[in-house]
Amino acid sequence: MTGSGQTIAFRGVARDFGAVKALLATDLDIMAGEFLTLLGPSGSGKTTLLNIAAGYLAPSAGRVLIGARDVTDLPPRRRNIGMVFQNYALFPHMSVFDNVAYGLRARGVPRADLERRVEAALGMVRLGGYGARGIRQLSGGQQQRVALARALVIEPDVLLMDEPLGALDRQLRQHVQLEVRRLHRQHRRTTIYVTHDQEEALVMSDRIAVMREGRLEQIGDAETLYRRPDNAFVAGFLGESNLLRGVVTAVDGVRARLRVDGMAGEIAGAAAAGLVAGTPGAALVRPESVRVSPAGRFEARLVERVYLGELVALRLALGNGQAVVCRRFARDGAPDGDRLAIDWDPGDVRILPDANSAGTTSNRTEEET
Amino acid sequence: MVLTAARRGHLVTAALLLPALLFLAVCFVVPMAVLFKLSVTAEEGPLSAYGEILGNWVYLRVFWNTLVVAVVVTAISVVLAYPTAHLLTRLKGWALTLAVYGVLFPLWISVLIRTFSWILLLEKNGPVNRVLVGAGLVDGPVQFLFNNTGVLIGMVHVLLPYAILPIYANMLRIDLRLLLASDGLAASPWMTFRRVYLPLTMPGVGAGAVFVFLLSLGFFITPALLGGISNLTVAMLIELMVNERLVWSLAAAASFLLLAAIAALLALATRFVPLGAVLEAR
Repeated sequence: MTGSGQTIAFRGVARDFGAVKALLATDLDIMAGEFLTLLGPSGSGKTTLLNIAAGYLAPSAGRVLIGARDVTDLPPRRRNIGMVFQNYALFPHMSVFDNVAYGLRARGVPRADLERRVEAALGMVRLGGYGARGIRQLSGGQQQRVALARALVIEPDVLLMDEPLGALDRQLRQHVQLEVRRLHRQHRRTTIYVTHDQEEALVMSDRIAVMREGRLEQIGDAETLYRRPDNAFVAGFLGESNLLRGVVTAVDGVRARLRVDGMAGEIAGAAAAGLVAGTPGAALVRPESVRVSPAGRFEARLVERVYLGELVALRLALGNGQAVVCRRFARDGAPDGDRLAIDWDPGDVRILPDANSAGTTSNRTEEET
Repeated sequence: MVLTAARRGHLVTAALLLPALLFLAVCFVVPMAVLFKLSVTAEEGPLSAYGEILGNWVYLRVFWNTLVVAVVVTAISVVLAYPTAHLLTRLKGWALTLAVYGVLFPLWISVLIRTFSWILLLEKNGPVNRVLVGAGLVDGPVQFLFNNTGVLIGMVHVLLPYAILPIYANMLRIDLRLLLASDGLAASPWMTFRRVYLPLTMPGVGAGAVFVFLLSLGFFITPALLGGISNLTVAMLIELMVNERLVWSLAAAASFLLLAAIAALLALATRFVPLGAVLEAR
């Protein structure tokens, strides 16, 4: 399998369903060979964007370009895409071989070449020798890999994946994640991957685009999104976060200060872009940045102690009732008593705009649908 | 003795089955036995009635004609039913309701009334012939009645719902994402139909075809009224033997031969068509 796929670009792409704006005008450029994940809760527009890329859905406005080709008005069959569906959509009346060969037959690939390519694709997903089996004889994970082989064997310009691991159990999901990542590292095929699972996004992606309510909230690599989220929603969606909500009191270039009701003094931290003094904001303190120390500035009550194996999560409450989670290595031992002093390094705090203060204080791993 | 859970389960099953079994025993098994006895008690010897039917080419031609009519009715019904069923899967709301009633409505009217209506429509000076002649499509009135043409029209009309409904039920269960997947893999609409949709709807087509075919083999009213004496079917032959010729042993033997033919064909059909798969949910 050669080549690495094409660039794909969305130019002002939007989609309405009646009065519902499923996708607001979106610009997005994906590089050739890049693995981009669309991450967001249900109803965020990520699947809409994917279906527009595939051609299953026409945009209400905007253009889609694959390479230099404007494919906006082309049906899926003329876009040279590889699509992996949530429940695989394998043809149940065909063998594994015929499923994988389907796209090649549609393209009129000669028989000898076809057989060689199908076998290579099955070998690639570690299903060599499974060609003669029926789809219903395969486990979920195997079906998943057949779907992947079927999408990849045609050497698509873009590989599109719609929550392909949703139906697998957790252990298998982790295994297939690594498999997908390995295949991508080998072949560098341009990939758009849709998921609501932040862990999947972190494991596989070159870049992650976080979406909410039909809008791209932020796009960047995993570390950027985790360490420098642009707003409270992104901070809450990726990783676990403590968000102390309040009012921004001062913005001074790259630093800002925030006042939180019931907390003495102000919280200082790095300023996110677009922060305006006097507007609602939130201070982001990641759980691993919270320290328990006798000299700590903040009084906290221990609510619960959750043992997670290598880590221990301490669920704390500040004087004003604000919940704070602290995560530390289990081997560092448990603090004594349920009255603690905690602190954090101002360098680990980020002050974010908090336009929509919906509950975003815990990480999101619940199933969509 | 204490009943074990398993034994109690068997008893409940037997109790639930009992009414239906009793009904079948009294109203089906006993009459069948009587009929069978009738077929082997002809004056000329036990198997003489069977021998007479199987040895007489006039009777065999009736069986052959019945088979041909059934095959043609089945073929026409399935060909008409397939696009209709597909259309039903695309309709929503009031249009779907209307279309489903359109399919089912004929079932609510007696076959006798529908058959007489066809006589009125298809007769020499009926509306169909007047339109055909008026439009200059034919020189003179077409003879629709009292031949196989009339029988085919009437029977297809009566049996069409039995073809549409299983095909429709099958089509409803097809995962539409399979068609999207085919499209995404660069298949033309024709290839998607030929390689994905058609094979997946074949169980429904098979079930519909089997229903129509089996019902056609035993059809009486429509061929009796719309067909001619030169196009006898087995059902008409049996009626003649019972009511006109009063040779009940021959009628009984003809019934059993038809039954045997149906049983054989059904056994053959179930080898190719998973009838159970069509009826049960996926």
